Amino acid sequence: MIQKFDAIIVGAGPAGCACAFKLAQGGLSVLVIERGKFPGAKNMWGGAFFGPGLGELLPNFWSEAPVERYIARRKISLLSREDCLTVDFSSHKYSQSPYEGFILLRSKFDRWFANKVQEVGAIVASGLQADDVIRQDGKIVGIKAGSDQILADVVIACDGVNSILAQKAGLRGEIKPTEVKQGVKEVLRFSRKELEQRFNLTGDGGLSWEFVGACTGGLPGGGFIYTNKDSLSVGLVVQLNALAEKQVRATDLLEGFKQHPAIAGLLEGGKLIEYSGHLIPVSGIGMMPGLYANGFLVAGDAAALVIGTGLILEGANFAIASGIAAAETVMKAKEKNDFSAGSLAYYQKLLEKSFVLKDLKTFKKAPHFLENQRIYTIYPEFACNLAEKLFASDGKPRKRAWHILTESMKGRVSLSQVAQDIIKAKEAI
Amino acid sequence: MNQIRIEDKLAVNKYDIDRDVHIKFDESICRNCDRHPCLYICPAVCFKLGEGHIIFSYEGCLECGSCRIVCTKKAIDWRTPRPSFGICYEFG
Repeated sequence: MIQKFDAIIVGAGPAGCACAFKLAQGGLSVLVIERGKFPGAKNMWGGAFFGPGLGELLPNFWSEAPVERYIARRKISLLSREDCLTVDFSSHKYSQSPYEGFILLRSKFDRWFANKVQEVGAIVASGLQADDVIRQDGKIVGIKAGSDQILADVVIACDGVNSILAQKAGLRGEIKPTEVKQGVKEVLRFSRKELEQRFNLTGDGGLSWEFVGACTGGLPGGGFIYTNKDSLSVGLVVQLNALAEKQVRATDLLEGFKQHPAIAGLLEGGKLIEYSGHLIPVSGIGMMPGLYANGFLVAGDAAALVIGTGLILEGANFAIASGIAAAETVMKAKEKNDFSAGSLAYYQKLLEKSFVLKDLKTFKKAPHFLENQRIYTIYPEFACNLAEKLFASDGKPRKRAWHILTESMKGRVSLSQVAQDIIKAKEAI
Repeated sequence: MNQIRIEDKLAVNKYDIDRDVHIKFDESICRNCDRHPCLYICPAVCFKLGEGHIIFSYEGCLECGSCRIVCTKKAIDWRTPRPSFGICYEFG
């Protein structure tokens, strides 16, 4: 017998689960399929999550979700080879409900979210992979999964950055190496007490710490440390084409990063319990595929809905918001019983009205701007150099800050070049 | 802390290794490739250079898709392992 659902969602990540939750809550019959052994088995991220989108579906989700810690402090460091200049920020708002952000691990979080989806009546089938779409009269009417054929009024591809389904649906071509960053991460275990002492954490508060500069060997990208409950995540995000061109491996850069004097002592003695890797679509609106077709929608990383401005790299919140917008579109289409591309175009309108496409448009020049190597080489070095000289008390006559700055720039970068970069930064980020 | 070799990193991960190799590549294309970006972009270092040819071991694959994107010569037929097989993150 061939089954038919109102909606099939491919991929039980944040986009897929948000979409399924909303649809099932609205009374539609929903099947979520997930190729991993369980939701989250194939997924990783750095660890920081900003949750207004999820709060819309599950108010106070943090009280029951497997949150490692709420983010109590944020640090950003500029690294030269051996030195480190840090901005350390904590706000009283960070430690109060509704919290600004959380540190979560995907394997636990996705499983929890998928359970919530099942609680509202959707079916989540793990260990099932969509190999292709089924077409009938120019419309997508279901999916092929192994020897199974499953039909639905609409298929929503939430199958991540490598989205095979969006490709099969003809909405996107090949991804270019310049359009993605590679993330690699290690999870290191400590005792909870040890971790809290090392990072000055109290209660369930955690630290989100990002790095720019020597951690990526000067390649476009950055580093991160997030404190989990009794472990920490340390990793790097690096432009994929830069790894290929410079012939360096992200795993080797990560080993170098862990040896940096600013963090080596903090990581000492941590026991490696997992190593993971993943791609992040970072070219924003420039790489966004078509978002809809007859009987078909694309959400989350599959639609490249990720924003990177250098200071932030955020995808999960966008995934959830796009999943919710896809669900609202499908419910509206269901009322009219019209799942044509014309009807589903409402999805794009919703995203254009929300922060999702507004943010991507605001920062549309950011991906290109962030390819500027000076951001990862000369500027962090300047910053560290300037700090070192400003703080120096070496018995020699002191110089004014401006003099120190211009002196260290000599022969490396011109003032006009810096001015141009600042103007570009103003437009891009 | 001491540097960790890639083999030791992968050894702590949980995998359900399929009997079939999920990523295939066309060696005749690789032989004529002068850059071999696959050697550098795989986070699990699944691609290694043998004597004049590429050696690929699929067991440690993290299923990220980097090789598929970076091999612009289209030597790689990229697939994920069969459902439930392959990497199984416990933390992620």
